Amino acid sequence: MSDTTFLEYVVFFSAAIMILGGAVGVIALKNPVHAALGLVLTLFGVAVQFVAMEAHFLAAVQVIVYAGAIVVLFLFVIMLLGVDESIDLSIEPIPIQRPLAAVMGIGLLGLLAAAIVRAEDAVLINPGNGIDTAGETGNGDANIQQLAANLYGDHVFAFQLTSVLLIVAVAGTVLLTRKWPRRAASSDTDDRSSDA
Amino acid sequence: MIAAVGTTSYLLLAAALFAIGAFGLLVRRNPLIMFMCIELMLNAANLTFVALATQLDDINGQTAVFFVMVVAAAEVVVGLGILVSILRRRPGATADDLAELKG
Repeated sequence: MSDTTFLEYVVFFSAAIMILGGAVGVIALKNPVHAALGLVLTLFGVAVQFVAMEAHFLAAVQVIVYAGAIVVLFLFVIMLLGVDESIDLSIEPIPIQRPLAAVMGIGLLGLLAAAIVRAEDAVLINPGNGIDTAGETGNGDANIQQLAANLYGDHVFAFQLTSVLLIVAVAGTVLLTRKWPRRAASSDTDDRSSDA
Repeated sequence: MIAAVGTTSYLLLAAALFAIGAFGLLVRRNPLIMFMCIELMLNAANLTFVALATQLDDINGQTAVFFVMVVAAAEVVVGLGILVSILRRRPGATADDLAELKG
């Protein structure tokens, strides 16, 4: 076993421990702030796996968008609502739900694992055009250049639709969360839009 | 392209992450934690996409992850907006209390 091979295994297993430990933390910790920090651990582990698979741009986006924006948004909402106290997890509203959920989770994992292991030596029917990596091409930006060419070439219409999606999401959230002034009984229906 | 650690290992890891996320979504009652569990499952899907993109030498898998991230961000923004407006009226509401849509 060469040094590089050994290092790859070390990276894979430490990142796997980060991912699974963070995930267990999300579902088992009582305090929502701690659960959000567990989520950060998982997201960083996934970013490490992306780097190990030579998807450098996605690893950077994973850290910036997920750990930097989404988790911060979670923490903001937790603090804003003041729900950052511990929840009593021993209360079980529906008595048999947790055992059933555990059976479902283990069954799902078993089915997925069986499918993955069976498909291990499947015949490759339709291979892609190859992925440019920094090591093969000698170009440090090879991954981001290929991804950009694919995104703005084959998927440009979907890319433009995502901008519409983001605008709609932002406008909808502002509308949802703003406090409407209490309307007097005599005021006309146009009141809502006028006094912003 | 994956030299030592095979694609199967990555797929099994993603499957375990997805199962943990699904279990948490069913068990936890705090709507914020349930959103985090959805994020866990989306990340499991992303890991699968990248592993198979590397295995099949196809950049489209990585582009798909890019779109999943955009949709996840939009979903979290809208979901947390709904959650804030609900919890402002009914502090401490759990998923069981939100069985009807009336605020």
